[in-house]
Amino acid sequence: MSYHELHHRRWRIAIALTLAVAAVYFGFIALIAFQKELMGTLLTRGLSIGILLGALVIVLSWLLTWGYVRWANTHYDARLEELRKEGD
Amino acid sequence: MGEHALRRPARGTAQGGRLISSRLLAHALSTALAPAAPAAPAAAAAAGVPAAQSVAQGAAPATAIGQPNSVAMAFFFLFIAITLGITYWAAKRTRTTEHFYAAGRTVSPVQNGFALAGDYMSAASFLGIAGLVSTTGFDGLIYSTGWLVGWPVVLFLIAEPLRNLGKYTFADVVAVRLRQTPVRLAALLGTLSTVLFYLIAQMVGAGTLIRLMFGLSYEMAVTIVGAAMIAYVLFGGMLATTWVQIVKAGLLLGGAATLALLVLAKFGMNPVALFAAASAKYGDAVLAPGSLVSVPLDTISLGMALMFGTAGLPHILMRFYTVRDAKAARTSVFYATGLIGFFYLLTFVLGFGAMVFVGPDAIRAIDKGGNMAAPLLAEFLGGTPFLGFIAAVAFATILAVVAGLTLSGAAALSHDLWTSVIRGGHPRSGEELRVARVATFVLGVVAVLLGIAFKGQNVAFMVGLAFAIAASANFPALVLSIFWRRCTTHGAVASMVTGTVATLVLIGLSPVIQVDILHHPGAWFPLKNPAVLTMPGSFLIGIVVSLLTSDARAMAEYDGHVREMIEGARAH
Repeated sequence: MSYHELHHRRWRIAIALTLAVAAVYFGFIALIAFQKELMGTLLTRGLSIGILLGALVIVLSWLLTWGYVRWANTHYDARLEELRKEGD
Repeated sequence: MGEHALRRPARGTAQGGRLISSRLLAHALSTALAPAAPAAPAAAAAAGVPAAQSVAQGAAPATAIGQPNSVAMAFFFLFIAITLGITYWAAKRTRTTEHFYAAGRTVSPVQNGFALAGDYMSAASFLGIAGLVSTTGFDGLIYSTGWLVGWPVVLFLIAEPLRNLGKYTFADVVAVRLRQTPVRLAALLGTLSTVLFYLIAQMVGAGTLIRLMFGLSYEMAVTIVGAAMIAYVLFGGMLATTWVQIVKAGLLLGGAATLALLVLAKFGMNPVALFAAASAKYGDAVLAPGSLVSVPLDTISLGMALMFGTAGLPHILMRFYTVRDAKAARTSVFYATGLIGFFYLLTFVLGFGAMVFVGPDAIRAIDKGGNMAAPLLAEFLGGTPFLGFIAAVAFATILAVVAGLTLSGAAALSHDLWTSVIRGGHPRSGEELRVARVATFVLGVVAVLLGIAFKGQNVAFMVGLAFAIAASANFPALVLSIFWRRCTTHGAVASMVTGTVATLVLIGLSPVIQVDILHHPGAWFPLKNPAVLTMPGSFLIGIVVSLLTSDARAMAEYDGHVREMIEGARAH
């Protein structure tokens, strides 16, 4: 694997994850804008779908960063280490 | 305010109050919250009225807010004493430009995670969002989510390449393959616009907040903030600034978590029981979307500014140079996102807690924008001492944010303008550090003067504006120059200049200036935040201009650039 291939692999993952965060957040905003009733539906006393999804947006954003860091710390760093060894 | 408004949190009637709140505490929230239609007469009339008059003493519940509070003073001076002690310690270790701008690249990932959170979580997050939730319920939570989603973008696209390609400023990265002078000057425009608007908003917020909480005069408050911030940055550089951020983040998270625990303790540690109590008192409507997202495009536009602006904020980007390498930069964003996300989850509890225990009407009686919800809740649950602690935390919060902003502005002036442009990359020995210190002092004084000049003005739109410029001027140029082989000097410069100018012009033509400040009946540009146009527009202009021009050197150096982005050759 070359530096370019490694770069492209990271770039594809970075773009996919960025689009995922954007989809989660703007999807949430779209539901608020166009599905007000659904968002106000109570799942149980005190918990509406909107509040649950709002908390989930925060948790999901953090989980996506966790997923990326996990991938980068294992796969990406391992490939980088191989590249450095090849270079020596 | 009618019967309806007295019994339950009213959405329609709160809008005038939201505009007033914008002067009481500068934050971006009201930028999007202000009515989409031309401003209510009450709001228009209020724009020129000193903030204190909007505090309705007669209707207020018994509270020590606004009285000189000895506990608050004690905590505040303790914070100042500790941070000045840190500055003294850091000053002895700040001898070179690398120390001054980047703390000698010795900050650990956990420390940087806390410092990033400290740089980012402003008083607007703490007081503004808690206040919005306490007076509008669910609608306020929309912002709790919006302020977090920029962080994954910082991690995925910017943090690691930035650390490996640059040295002190984000312009370092844009200029790597391109011609120094035009790129540095264009980046300076974006950096200074972002920093100054953000600074003004924070200074005006600090002045009003401190007057409201401590009873100090506005000018005195702004001057104290300015003096402390200059001391941290001037003498202690990035090392002192980093530790001020860490202490502040610890205090803010600790204070908010304690407050949330005290609330949840009354509900068997079950947040859903708290929300149920709020809806039992004020109706199920507080758990459902209200009128906030009446113009979806406005909310999406602010959302884009927050999401992509975070990755273009100079004081945030600069923090990635303080860690050892790209892996440390990566890990530090992971910690920061966790801390900030946790904090925004706490705002759910604080907001609904204040709604249940203090009540929306009592909160609005103290401050119509609801900004005193968290302090009032603290007073209800922990008495005057806890109120004093929370007030001091809010002050510390602003102080830390302005220190980070000033340092990044000073770095742009000394590193980008003086060293790279005026000295052509070859400064005389020790010169850059001296210039950085002069720039710090000048920026600090300018911040105090602007803070005083904008006293009583509606500056809430300025945080949204700073994020919009960061998203439109800084972010697209960074992404294009890092990831696109074909990016040229002309393309990057056109993107940065257009991003800054278009954002400023469109804000000038938007309802926040035309209607709320100039009291015109309508505005030429319908949206309150232009990012939905200017961010994609800057990308488009950067791409089109790059395709129309050619930059042989930039193309030729791309292979080395990719290697450097991965290996971080420049860093060692």
